[in-house]
Amino acid sequence: MDNKFDWKKYLIVFFITAGLFATAYYLSEYFGGRKVEELKSIQDKIAIDILSSETQFSLLSELSCKNISDSVFSGQLGELGNKLEWSQNNLGATEEVSYLRKYYSLLQIKDYLLTKKISSRCGTKASFILYFYTTAENCSECERESLVLTSLRTKYPELRVYSFDYSTELGAVEAMLKIYKIKDTELPALVIDDDVLTGFHGIEELEFMVKKSFKLQETKPLEENKKSAS
Amino acid sequence: MVAIPSLMFYVFIFLSVYVQVFFLVTFLENRKHILIRNGKMKLSRYPKVTIVVPCFNEEHTVYKTIRSLLYLNYPKDKLQLFLVDDGSTDGTWNIIRKFEKYPNIKIFKKENGGKYTALNIGLEHLETEFFGGLDADSFADPEALVRIMSYFEKDASIMAVAPSVTVYNPRNFIQNVQKAEYHMGVYLKQMLGFLGAINVTPGPLTIFRKKVFDDLGPYKHGHNTEDMEIAYRMQKNHYKIAHCNDAYVYTSTPGTVKKLYRQRLRWIYGFINNTFDYRGVLLKKKYGNFALFTLPTGIISIFSVGYLFGRIVYNIGDFLYSRLIEFQVVGFHFGREVNTFDPFFFNIQMSLFLVVFVYLIVLFAMIFGRRMSDGKWRFSPAMLYFFPVFSIIAPFWIMKAIWNTALSKVPAWR
Repeated sequence: MDNKFDWKKYLIVFFITAGLFATAYYLSEYFGGRKVEELKSIQDKIAIDILSSETQFSLLSELSCKNISDSVFSGQLGELGNKLEWSQNNLGATEEVSYLRKYYSLLQIKDYLLTKKISSRCGTKASFILYFYTTAENCSECERESLVLTSLRTKYPELRVYSFDYSTELGAVEAMLKIYKIKDTELPALVIDDDVLTGFHGIEELEFMVKKSFKLQETKPLEENKKSAS
Repeated sequence: MVAIPSLMFYVFIFLSVYVQVFFLVTFLENRKHILIRNGKMKLSRYPKVTIVVPCFNEEHTVYKTIRSLLYLNYPKDKLQLFLVDDGSTDGTWNIIRKFEKYPNIKIFKKENGGKYTALNIGLEHLETEFFGGLDADSFADPEALVRIMSYFEKDASIMAVAPSVTVYNPRNFIQNVQKAEYHMGVYLKQMLGFLGAINVTPGPLTIFRKKVFDDLGPYKHGHNTEDMEIAYRMQKNHYKIAHCNDAYVYTSTPGTVKKLYRQRLRWIYGFINNTFDYRGVLLKKKYGNFALFTLPTGIISIFSVGYLFGRIVYNIGDFLYSRLIEFQVVGFHFGREVNTFDPFFFNIQMSLFLVVFVYLIVLFAMIFGRRMSDGKWRFSPAMLYFFPVFSIIAPFWIMKAIWNTALSKVPAWR
């Protein structure tokens, strides 16, 4: 009989298969690493953009608003947010990704502060929503709220939505949570013009508030915003 | 949370890669032994062979089947044909009767009792050293028999030789896809032949030594897959089965998905139940690669197809659910989703490489199988359709076969 059990062959095939697995693993790690690199470079670019805008702003603060170029609004922040979320879901919540997410939160806060400053001083049309959600537990309301905000943002390009994961361990985010008194039991939470809204809010309601916020700016660009900020 | 399903996913991928690598290594080991002969050949001795054609309502094909046997390149006085009408209700009997006058043809008519009973009629009247069947929907290549017989001449320990079965005259999409599948089958069968691990001796023109039936008894019902049961029985008793890759038999294949479903349901049901009947053989070292490779591979493929199907259904459900939520929350926004493609979002997972690897080996199997059966190195688009078509429809017959097994309901022939 030549059909005797050839255990060596079974073993060799096992090692070949294991080798293929290892190769596939390293390849996927390699491409995953490249993605993280890409994220880093986008973040660096945004950081430079913000720093440049800040510098520009302080340089020109004594001068007129005409000189504020459009480039101060970093359009890549939204794109970065999407890519980070995708990475979290597909590459796994690795240390690198969570580090990048922290950095992203910080960039968002800086962008928020700067844009708000420019808008209140120069009266550029802008509206802000701070959005707090959680990924630590299954939050179906958060998922729905995210969809609403994505849809709103496409409709109103001047609307700037900044989203923060409640569980981000970052002093700046924790400070924001304290300022607006946001508790983890009341997520999702939204801040529009310093009003705190908790739980799910539908698109009609938010759209109404966003429109109101734009209108306030059109009538009294300077004073109104200063008042609400104080 | 998702750890167990994704662990299972990797286990199944590992096993599929293992199986494909095993076949590939077998191919590389034996590639020099793959014989592809052209033209007529001669044997030093022509032993007498009996071929039984069991027929049940085959009026459209049986004439051609018998003709193909009469055209075989084999001495007429060494070839005995038995035509058995298994209680046909159409014109089959009238066609068979026309062949009554041939000196080497005997005809039989009996009450319908299933294919295995028709074959057993042939065994009862068997007077020759070799025995084979040819399904009445299949046609033998003129050189098929003589090439098969050359294997017996070469090696006295070979007890049965299976031919290369390919698709006869594929006319539509579903038959072309099956053609690609049969080409792969030719390759895999050849590799299993090298491993001594063949688990089916197909109805179309497998030739046996008479000794097989003298020692092991006649055909059994075998859950309507008698050609699988006899192969299992032979493996259990260490009877060697070879595959003759250049003996071609063309078989009619189901032309509709529904008919294909019925055929495959019967095959898979047969596999599950014959494997269950012969479970004592499974993973026993003394039964060789048949017990350690062929049967486990079949079992694994049933589980992995079931698992993958569950996964796909879950993913589709998940996608639809998220769309439903989106619709509830923000309504329909046409054209909103038009994003420019960013390669960043292309998910390069580990499994992607492995799946591509498995597909490439399978593609190679089809192309090489075609080389072995058509003599041509050629790619056909059906080889690519094969993957999506079979991964969509195969889970249905597999799950139905499991279901039928659970309820012990034997699927009908057609």
